[in-house]
Amino acid sequence: MADNALFQFLLRMGDNSLILGHRVSEWCGHSPVLEEDIALANTALDLIGQTQFWLGLAGEVEGKGRSADDLAFLRDAWDYRNVLLCELPNGDFGRTLMRQFLYDAWASVMLGRLMTSSNERVAAIAAKASKEVAYHVERSGDTVVGLGDGTEESHARMQAALDYLWPYVGEMFDGDEVDAAMVKAGIAPDPASLREEYDALVSKVLGQATLTIPTDTFHHKGGRTGYMHTEHLGHLLCSMQWLQRAYPGATW
Amino acid sequence: MGQPSVDTIWDWLDQVPDPEIPVISLVDLGIIRDVKWEGDTLKVAVTPTYSGCPATSVINFDIETALRDRGIEKLTLTQQLSPPWTTDWLSDKGKAALEKFGIAPPSPKGEPDRCPNCGGHDLERTSQFGSTPCKALWRCRDCLEPFDYFKCI
Repeated sequence: MADNALFQFLLRMGDNSLILGHRVSEWCGHSPVLEEDIALANTALDLIGQTQFWLGLAGEVEGKGRSADDLAFLRDAWDYRNVLLCELPNGDFGRTLMRQFLYDAWASVMLGRLMTSSNERVAAIAAKASKEVAYHVERSGDTVVGLGDGTEESHARMQAALDYLWPYVGEMFDGDEVDAAMVKAGIAPDPASLREEYDALVSKVLGQATLTIPTDTFHHKGGRTGYMHTEHLGHLLCSMQWLQRAYPGATW
Repeated sequence: MGQPSVDTIWDWLDQVPDPEIPVISLVDLGIIRDVKWEGDTLKVAVTPTYSGCPATSVINFDIETALRDRGIEKLTLTQQLSPPWTTDWLSDKGKAALEKFGIAPPSPKGEPDRCPNCGGHDLERTSQFGSTPCKALWRCRDCLEPFDYFKCI
């Protein structure tokens, strides 16, 4: 059971970075300016690199000989454990950067805690990834402020993005028996315990961006437990997994 | 032929260029973390610069080629994640080579000390991200030239 809980926890970490990394990579060649194109591609690259560590370890813990690639390309939607926020479509540039900021803020707090994990492998991956996420959150936060406190048009788009995405934030702080097992083993923190630090960071940046956080506390869920993903995940997997599905085992 | 010493192996690795920034060696970059013999097997521990750096697999291939060309038959490359790579591990020789090549070396204050082209100090950041994961884009207001800055992590 302990190993299965650890496997599930690692899938959640790896699937978050994989699915968001894939989403961000969809911008490659389509960004408004060259610098942003490079920045988004680099962010996607970091996230997919982190995925290799998380899913690589997940495969080892599972003990069935599955590699990070097997887990990424040969699972179907119901076996994915990412939060719904990561799989939502990019929308416009503003919404993409708002989603990135809401995720980066969570990742920066979570990875900071995981650096003191009782599991040395988890702590090592977190230490590596947190250095990259520090860059991501600085940039996505700056962009959210720049666009939020920008023109009338950019402000309206950023407020609309926040209103659309906010109901997906709460899932990152949900807990279940997998999290309880991780807390007991000293491997990972209780997700709810990250909320205070997260809210402090997010309210500060969104305040600077002159944006208003919605007051409704309802949140969507079902991604991290695998209970029910949005319809968007299947479409994403169609594109991401196409090659391995059409030509199983293909390498180059 | 006897077993080459660990020092000799380090010298050989110091001749393998970084695939993306060929003016510095893999040793200069600080990513070779350990070289040791275990019996007749040579073990080399390598750490990635950035998680998703596409050069990682090329680097491993280059290390393997360089050592096999010099007659090392039994070789194991391991990936070492902890402690994570930091730009503090860049050698002074490497930093000097970067600047000469036109890339501002990492600086503890988190931004370039001076323009690698004209030495000017009136600098501005264009983007936190650059042509490779380890670099950011900067511009010098004195000579108006854009340049790469090797990010400090």
